[in-house]
Amino acid sequence: MTGNPPDFDMMQQDGQLLDAIDRQIVVATQAGLPLVAAPYDALAGQLGLDVEDVLARVAAMQERGVIRRIAAVPNHYALGYTENGMSVWDVSDARISELGQQVGALQYVSHCYQRPRHLPLWSYNLFAMVHGRSREDVETKVTAIAGLLGEHCRGHEVLYSKRILKKTGLRIKG
Amino acid sequence: MVIKNRQLTEGSTQAGRLVLLDPPAELTALEKCLLNEYQRGFPLCSSPYQVIAEQQGVTEELVIETLASLQQRGLISRIGPVFAPRRAGASTLAALSVPADELENVADFVSSFAEVNHNYEREHSYNLWFVVTASDELHVQQVLDAIQAGTGLPVLKLPLERSFYIDLGFPLWC
Repeated sequence: MTGNPPDFDMMQQDGQLLDAIDRQIVVATQAGLPLVAAPYDALAGQLGLDVEDVLARVAAMQERGVIRRIAAVPNHYALGYTENGMSVWDVSDARISELGQQVGALQYVSHCYQRPRHLPLWSYNLFAMVHGRSREDVETKVTAIAGLLGEHCRGHEVLYSKRILKKTGLRIKG
Repeated sequence: MVIKNRQLTEGSTQAGRLVLLDPPAELTALEKCLLNEYQRGFPLCSSPYQVIAEQQGVTEELVIETLASLQQRGLISRIGPVFAPRRAGASTLAALSVPADELENVADFVSSFAEVNHNYEREHSYNLWFVVTASDELHVQQVLDAIQAGTGLPVLKLPLERSFYIDLGFPLWC
């Protein structure tokens, strides 16, 4: 165990508190687990913790939703998913709750959010990020979403990304 | 195993254009499986690679070697927990409609704010899309005001109202 009492240096996260040790684990795993046979043991050794404590804390953070999933995270761009289309939809307010959930559950939609309209400049209230290997691939998927929304959608557009001008990584600093 | 001699450019998402780096068709069956099947549910135990090896009917050494190779080639960005975005604090998506000949300058100006952590050029009359994150709503608004004042362009503010997003990763081959 480290000498830091968990009461200190607490961080608010989704209404939950991460204590100092949780926070050390978050910081140490943000860059990824080491590719050794016992990566959590290596992490525990690095932090001066028991591996059982590390595993229990990671499981607890996952239970609380601080950790969404544990993954070998693919680099979609390097794998050929170079087209990233932000599809935007003008969906009936009465149906957006039900339809948004259906769109968000589609496997090829990586993010799906309701946002406010700004009439007359901006009439779209549903945003769904669609990834594909080509524009045709994205268009096919967008057509499927249009089919799902049917008459409850008054219009849509797809905004393709042209350049990433800034994208910063780590959310929590040590 | 294949592709040892393939050349890959580092950092496909670094500032600049999205580049197709590697035709995914050349991946082995094990590589595709490791990329596809472990976007969630990466084993949380002392010997996770041994668990994967047993699930896939190969040796632990081959799992580690294959993941290391995928990571070296930039096809896996990291292995470890995926953290939920911090909801403590405030953030918003925002967009600007920038005249083409001013885009470079305006994009640089927007990116110069530490509170801007994503900034994309997209193909649309609203051609600059960025996310502002700060400790509270007032600070977010101050940044938007500063961008509006500095560019003379009205900012379209599109805060998240509801998420329909279930983060499970997404299938790469289907």
